[in-house]
Amino acid sequence: MAATVARVRVQTLDFDLAAEVAALREGDLGVGAVASFVGTVRERGHPGAGEAVSELELEHYPGMTEKAIEAIIDAASARFQIRDARVVHRVGRLAPGEQIVLVAVSSAHRGQAFQACEFIMDYLKTQAPFWKKETTPSGAHWVDARVADDEALARWGIEAGNAAPGS
Amino acid sequence: MPTVHVRYFASLREALGPQETVQLPEGGTVAGLRAQLCARGGRHAEVLAAGRPVRAAVAQQVCTEDMVLPDGVEVAFFPPVTGG
Repeated sequence: MAATVARVRVQTLDFDLAAEVAALREGDLGVGAVASFVGTVRERGHPGAGEAVSELELEHYPGMTEKAIEAIIDAASARFQIRDARVVHRVGRLAPGEQIVLVAVSSAHRGQAFQACEFIMDYLKTQAPFWKKETTPSGAHWVDARVADDEALARWGIEAGNAAPGS
Repeated sequence: MPTVHVRYFASLREALGPQETVQLPEGGTVAGLRAQLCARGGRHAEVLAAGRPVRAAVAQQVCTEDMVLPDGVEVAFFPPVTGG
């Protein structure tokens, strides 16, 4: 495993899926499977959202965000038999159609790679400090956290407590 | 008296600015800090009011509101997260 390569990057620049997967696999002949996920900016925020989004702005908490994602990968490593993982998350201003997030996981076999990839993504949605602001013709507004994302993490037996009101 | 560095993100940052330094009584907690900030009134009271969905982190780790704050620590308040 190329342990010196950063597993987590938060950046304004776009990323190249093929290059990330190649770097993930490099030098590890024990890898038999790589599962990856790429999230992109939708023009319509969510079903029922009436207005088209012209721009999405992503804010993060430098330092904490990277540590939170590292902890998520550690949790995935403890739970699944994976060999390595990569998460790249973009911040700043993005247009519809642009890539936002990459999760890639290598494993000996596909089952663990698929599961770990989904686990990391479900965890990231509710636990990594990022915030989205959408610009539409009627103005800019912060995106609300979704209960469905908390429910996705609950399938893994983990309580997210993110979208729940109050505190 | 402990001094803490408070940071705000997303909608809270827009309302309150990115950061401020706050003095707390000895043994002050996250909940105590939040109540102290609310007691100023104005925008602080509005966006940090009890019952509003505000999350907190201490030293860049998610925490519960009963955590006691050591001198010089960084405390962050932010809305529920929406990345991915």
